[in-house]
Parts: sequence; C-alpha cells; structure tokens
Amino acid sequence: MATAEPLVLGIESSCDETGVGLVRGTELLTNTVSSSMDEHVRFGGVIPEIASRAHLEAFVPTLQAALDDAGVTLDEIDAIAVTSGPGLAGALMVGVAAAKALAVATGKPLYAINHLVAHVSVGLLDDNDELPSNLGALLVSGGHTEILSVPDITGDVRLLGATIDDAAGEAYDKVARLLGLGYPGGPAIDKAAQDGDPNAFRFPRGLTAGKYMGSAEKPGSHRYDMSFSGLKTAVARVVETYEASGQPVPVADVAASFQESVVDVISRKTVLACTENSIDTLLMGGGVAANSRLRALVTERCNARGIEVIVPSLSLCTDNGAMVAALGARLAAEGRAATGIVFTADPGLPVSTVSMGAA
Amino acid sequence: MLSLDSSSIASAALTRNGEVLAEFATQDTRSHAEALAPAVYNLLGQADVEPSQLKAILVGTGPGPFTGLRAGLVSGRTFGFAWNLPVYGLCSLDALAHRAAQGTTERTEFLVATDARRKELYWGRYEVHEDGHGRFAVSVDGPQVTAPEGLPKLPVYGSGAGLYADQLPQTVADSTDWQPTAADLSRAAWALQERGTGLSTDTSPLYLRESDAKVPVQRKKALR
Repeated sequence: MATAEPLVLGIESSCDETGVGLVRGTELLTNTVSSSMDEHVRFGGVIPEIASRAHLEAFVPTLQAALDDAGVTLDEIDAIAVTSGPGLAGALMVGVAAAKALAVATGKPLYAINHLVAHVSVGLLDDNDELPSNLGALLVSGGHTEILSVPDITGDVRLLGATIDDAAGEAYDKVARLLGLGYPGGPAIDKAAQDGDPNAFRFPRGLTAGKYMGSAEKPGSHRYDMSFSGLKTAVARVVETYEASGQPVPVADVAASFQESVVDVISRKTVLACTENSIDTLLMGGGVAANSRLRALVTERCNARGIEVIVPSLSLCTDNGAMVAALGARLAAEGRAATGIVFTADPGLPVSTVSMGAA
Repeated sequence: MLSLDSSSIASAALTRNGEVLAEFATQDTRSHAEALAPAVYNLLGQADVEPSQLKAILVGTGPGPFTGLRAGLVSGRTFGFAWNLPVYGLCSLDALAHRAAQGTTERTEFLVATDARRKELYWGRYEVHEDGHGRFAVSVDGPQVTAPEGLPKLPVYGSGAGLYADQLPQTVADSTDWQPTAADLSRAAWALQERGTGLSTDTSPLYLRESDAKVPVQRKKALR
C-alpha cells in the first residue's frame, strides 16, 4: 500500500505523556498530548503506576481531540502506528492495547514502532521529504540519553553511545531535589544556573578517563557512553558539606557546575561520535533538548567541527504522537510490511528494531 | 454485544440476550494486551458478525491485577469509540457470582474470590434470588481486597478459593478453577437487563489499591 502521502495516526504512551498525532506524508496535522506530569510532582519523578492509570483515562479523550483538531475521521486514515518500546511496561501496554483495538475496529494496518527512532523522525516533518544523509541524533530526556547514527530511518539505525546508569534528565531531577528546586528538575536547574558560576565546583565527568575512551583506532569500553550516577553523588557530598558546616548551600553555583558537567560530557561525546562516524548533521530530541546550556554547547562544539545541529520545537522534542505518526507515515510510504495485531510491547526494544516484524 | 474481561485471564464473548454466540479465553493470566484484539477479530469471523450488527460493548471493571485490567478496559473503550457504541461496565466478580448462583438455592449467601496477589484475595459477597427468569446473584458486600483470613464465614467460589483452601472455612470444590469470563459477565449483565435494570456506563477500573509510590520525606540535613 505504498501511497505517496499516507495519512497515519500515531499513538505514544511510553512514559507520562499520552500522545496522539496525525501526519499526512510529512505534513503535521495535529500533535495532541495529555500529560500526567502534575500528578508526579509530589513524588519528584514519574511513578509508573500513576502514569499508566492516567493513560487509561486520557486515551479516548486525546484520540477524540486529535481527530477533531485535524478535522479527519478514522475512516480516512491509511495506517496506525504505536510506540511498542522502549519505555515503561505498564504504560506501553495501554497504548498498545488501544492501538490494537483501533486496528481491529477500523481494519487499518498497524505498525509497532521504536520510540527512539520516532524521536528522530520529527526531522521528516514540515515538508522535509528527505532526511539529511550522514544523520546522527542526540536524544536526552528523563528516561533516555543516547547518541544514534541514522543511515536509513526505516531500515538502519545504530546505537553509538548511551548512559550506562541514570538518564541525564533523571540526574537533573535528583539534583534539583537535593537543592530544593522542585520537579521537573531540568528547567529548574537551568534557571538557577543562570546566576551561578559553572566553574565554582569541579564535578566529575563520568566515563571520560583514558581507559574508557581509548582512541579512535582502539576504542575503549565506553568511548561514546555516559554515566551520571557518580556526578549525582558528588553533588550530594558538596551539599552535605555545606549543611554540616552550617553554611548556606550556594545553590546557583552548584546548579551551574552540575549542569556544566552534564553538558560538557554529553557534548564532547556527541562531537566525538559524530566526527568518527562521518555524521555531519545532528538532530536533537527529548525533553532535555530544551535545556539552554545543552543546546548552546552542543551547537557550539558541533559547528566548530562542521556539524550542523537541528533542534525541533519543544512540543516535538518531548514525547508525542506526531513523531510516531511521522515514522509510521514513512514506513507506509515506502510500502514496508505492517506489524499486524499479534505482537508484544517490549520495554527494552533495541534501537536497531525500527518497527517490529509481523508475527 | 461484545464483552471483554481481563481481570484475571483474558476473555472475550459475542452474545445476544445473554446467549453466547462465540467465546474466547486464555489459559494464563499474563497475556492480555497481546490476546484481546486478535481474539475479537477472530470471534467476529467465527460468529459471522459484522461490527455494524453490534449494539453495545461490555467490559469487566475488575478488580484484578492493574496492567491486565487496563488492557481490557482501554480495548473496550476504544472499540466503543471507533464503532460509536455505548460501553458498559460491570464488576468482574459478578460474572463468577452469576455462575455460582445457578447451582444454589434461593436466599443462599456466598462469596466469590479471585487472586489479588500479595497473599490477598479480591472478593464479593452475594445473595441468591429467584424469579420467573431463574436464579440470579445480588451483591450485598464488596468488592474488597483482604487477606484470606479477613473473609466472612461463608462458602467461597472461584479460583481464589482454590489458592487458599486451607485458610478459608468453606470452599466449593468444583469451583476452584473458575475465573471471571466475558461469557459469564454478559450472562450476568443480561440477568440485570431482563429484569429491567439498566447497565452502568461507568467503566472506571476497580483498582481497590492505591499505587505503591510514597511521597518522599524531606531529606535529612547533614548534622554538624
């Protein structure tokens, strides 16, 4: 069913956003999102059971709102796409069950697709019919920190590097709590850091030692990988030291120095991964892509090496259904086989699986 | 009517006035999201029913393990939305109670129980009534979730009775492998309808437990 401009409905429920998007070819018709973020604030992080309950209540109203907003009916849709992983198991299950029911009810083909690759497919929207060749992607959010190489978005996506423990956004949340800055931590720390000295404290840069890096010819065990758990502990030690001595914690300086460590490591590793893998265009995605310092330093360091950086609008960086629809539309346009209704959500779906095969 | 229940095993049934045209049930209790949509697709084919012939969707609202329960509820609500049909909700334990009532006598009181995991049971207390349409079960207490020792001293029907037979005063031997099914759920719904009681459009899940998450306490300050 290779149609030049298929109309695809995308469903996203891998974390705390219930997203339904509609895309025709590369044209974005609607990007409707219902977030349960407010319900997680008092816990200082996403609680999977609360997110899953919210998905159940939000799904049909979000679907209705998306169809109304785009002015299309279910009959007109050519295909349905749903995030089948990676993500929170209970949360994914709600979107997957809903998508299957929708596929049975409408008789439309269903694509079970990879959440991370969907983030990259945002680059296809707004009439960008082709992605740049030699494309890479940097995804940074509360659940992910990954550097990808994207030779072919529907057929060949490779993981170059990733965090081996906490996601960067998760580290922001935890440090924001330590500093009493509230949730979500990304914007809170970004704001507090504006008035601070990023060199006030020299926090560790995880996995940047020679034994982990190696060389381009003989890469170490974690050349493009990142780690933020040690950094989080280092911040806690500093805060405790101030408290124990009865002095006020220099919140702005700690926030700025913490942020500088995160951003320094991510941007250095990203530039290294790009230059050593012939990547000359980098697409940023994930909620932390909105962070002003991360954007600035990644752009500065990439541009210095001749790498162009694309940062989509925030509503397309955070989790949403439009990105799922965009990838689904590309798969359908290329005539790739749909997944069908017999598959299982996979919380650990590897990035090399762009869309799941039919059972 | 298309009925779905995913409170324990996953099941689906097509019924007309409480009479089952085709039904499906999984053996295990851990494959709801995978099984339900294909099951509905196959049932429509088997019974040679077009979606346009359907009049309503019925979903079991639990209680049951959360993830599986949600798979059935979101499926039912989505079918209702896509086919523009009303979606009704009924407590899944009513399915077991209706089945149990058929083999008892009037005014008998009994319990039905299913596995709530964590060494607890989901249960409800019912009373048997009889009229010109036959026997039917009326809920008098529940649904609740407690440890097996917390159940009233009455005969217990259902898979929950089988799990904790040694801790319950009276279990009904033949029933210890009974699970709530969509077929029994639609029979229980019909028992209400033929007596002039309308079905509820409330499809809120009967979780009975809050999420386990605790609000973090204020971090202790380091002491001097």
